[in-house]
Amino acid sequence: MAVVFTQLFNGISLGSILLLIALGLAITFGLMNVINMAHGEFIMAGAYTTYVVQQAFSHYVPAALFDYYYIAAIPLSFLIGALLGFILEKTLIRFLYHRPLDSLLATWGVSLILQQAARSIFGAPNVAVTAPSWLDGGLTIAGAVFPYKRLFIIALAAVCMIALYLYLDKTAAGRKMRAVTLNRSMASSLGVSTKKVDAAAFAIGSGLAGIAGCALTILGPIGSTIGMYYIVDAFMIVILGGIGSLVGTVFGALSIGMLGTVAEFWTGASMAKVIVFAAIIAFLQFKPAGLLSARTRSLE
Amino acid sequence: MTGIKKFWGRQTIIAAVSAAALALSGCAASSALNEGEEKPAADTGGDTVKVGVLHSLSGTMAISEVSLRDAELMAIEEINADGGVLGKQIEPIVEDGASDWPTFAEKAKKLLQKDEAAAVFGGWTSASRKAMLPVFEQNNGLLWYPVQYEGMESSPNIFYTGATTNQQIVPSVTWLLENKGKSFFLIGSDYVFPRTANKEIKAQLEAEGGTLAGEEYTPLGHTDYSTLISKIKEKKPEVIYNTLNGDSNVAFFKQLKDAGITADDITVLSVSIAEEEIRGIGTDILTGHYAAWNYFQTTDTPENEKFVASYKEAYGDDRVTGDPIEAAYNAVYLWAAAVEKAGSFEVDAVKAAAGGIEFKAPGGTVTIDGDNQHTYKTARIGEIQADGQFKEVWNSGEPVKPDPYLETYPWAEGLN
Repeated sequence: MAVVFTQLFNGISLGSILLLIALGLAITFGLMNVINMAHGEFIMAGAYTTYVVQQAFSHYVPAALFDYYYIAAIPLSFLIGALLGFILEKTLIRFLYHRPLDSLLATWGVSLILQQAARSIFGAPNVAVTAPSWLDGGLTIAGAVFPYKRLFIIALAAVCMIALYLYLDKTAAGRKMRAVTLNRSMASSLGVSTKKVDAAAFAIGSGLAGIAGCALTILGPIGSTIGMYYIVDAFMIVILGGIGSLVGTVFGALSIGMLGTVAEFWTGASMAKVIVFAAIIAFLQFKPAGLLSARTRSLE
Repeated sequence: MTGIKKFWGRQTIIAAVSAAALALSGCAASSALNEGEEKPAADTGGDTVKVGVLHSLSGTMAISEVSLRDAELMAIEEINADGGVLGKQIEPIVEDGASDWPTFAEKAKKLLQKDEAAAVFGGWTSASRKAMLPVFEQNNGLLWYPVQYEGMESSPNIFYTGATTNQQIVPSVTWLLENKGKSFFLIGSDYVFPRTANKEIKAQLEAEGGTLAGEEYTPLGHTDYSTLISKIKEKKPEVIYNTLNGDSNVAFFKQLKDAGITADDITVLSVSIAEEEIRGIGTDILTGHYAAWNYFQTTDTPENEKFVASYKEAYGDDRVTGDPIEAAYNAVYLWAAAVEKAGSFEVDAVKAAAGGIEFKAPGGTVTIDGDNQHTYKTARIGEIQADGQFKEVWNSGEPVKPDPYLETYPWAEGLN
């Protein structure tokens, strides 16, 4: 019985990790239609930010406060990711909004540049982040262990999701962003500065990738190539969830997480990847627009 | 609609033009290479002799391979300071394999044909070695490959200075059976090395009285181990034999500890975690687990003291050495000694002279086995300490004769 609970939890946990990875992309790719291959490198930037914050805390802050470095690292990862995204939008993406193939190649180039930059700054080997001690261990219920780190990531993903929802639905800036993504020329003619909205949207999407990077440091490796491990999954989730639909992204992430863990339990990790991919391809044959798709009145 | 059509049209033209440009530059490069084909012998006319250093300096494998380049360049510098080889200074030509196996083959070809390198030191993954192998055989070049690998290979144009299975995996399985438990869970990355190694381990377990609790593979770069750990918990093995490669190790060990499994519960023995990797994973989660190698930074020999000191002096106090780094360093010295003995840089002469060449390496004396071009090495098992270094718990006493095809083990019959 414990195994069933553990596996159920593992599925939700994997889903929450995938959601964090894909949330930023749901904005830049889902809402703005930019194929940003450098999204994974913003995840990497968030991870390295966490590492730098940790180093700074261990050198300049009393040891008793060391455990709080992680709290400081989360907003800083967001800021660094957002800053990188903002710079990328201003210098490159904005020239490529209607040229998907060019933006694919150009952002892929950017991702290689960022990887090499990370290697020059931090060295080729991985760096280690010590998770704060309050995340060590786990909750034991009926023989099943629920690690605190995974519970924390589930909570973090939920918080990010809710914050993003509130921003897009309840604030003026968020509504403008949705207006621009739904109908750019109409929004523009009603006085919305689409340039500002584009830059802000891209920065937020990239910042969310930074948070994902920060969260991943407590579970996985921190090196210059970690972005590559997550980028394909992120695109897959956004496409499965339905381009332009944030709720769809949540369902996409959770269903891939669930299916992945169940398939891996019965077969193996390599086979599970095959099964998940095959299931997605089959699903998209019947619903090409994904689980939930945003309906607009604009002519495509 | 016309707008869209025009847009795609322009894209297609650009794509076609750039493809054509690429193809043209490719032709130019390969024709330049073909000119060299007439005299593949080493260029030893001047005061220097060229050798190739071919590792991934970018991409996923750069994490590990950059240190090998550093060790090889250090050995070359030391030999040069000592007067060189046959009176000539060694001139290293460094190329980047970029973690891409066709690139390794391409660069190897360039080093042999254009630079006429007398020897090439390079490679890490078995995939990169397998990609380079035909190039070295066709051009009669000399590759020195410095990493432990899965065995079952013996190319006349490759010298293997890392361990083959009977110098690392086979003794470590025996040691685990005698000291840690009979029930094994095998985990590995899904590619040639772990699958071949596990085939051998399973045969050995059967012959030596062990049992197999499970066998699982994950794709390279896999980062979620929660399900695999659930399976491990269900099967309750006494030993996990770990052939994961690269970043997956970080995720696996972090998540294993989170699931409440420590070294006291289940022993994990790894074959691709050296000092360098320990730093990237974090020592706190590895303490108490084991690794099998032929050399540790803590190996107690006078040669090693000097080696570690000069490595740190050259590349910084925070750098660490490790088994593949030592094997890469040895490779340069072994080649130089073989050249001196042959009195020539010619590949065939060097190969003929190489058998029996001895070098007092940091990890103990290594000797080239003339029959299979591997080296005699001392097998060692170390326990990971809180400072990120190993404490040796067992060694084979004397160097083990390399047996890449496991011909001397009755249980290995029918494996290859």
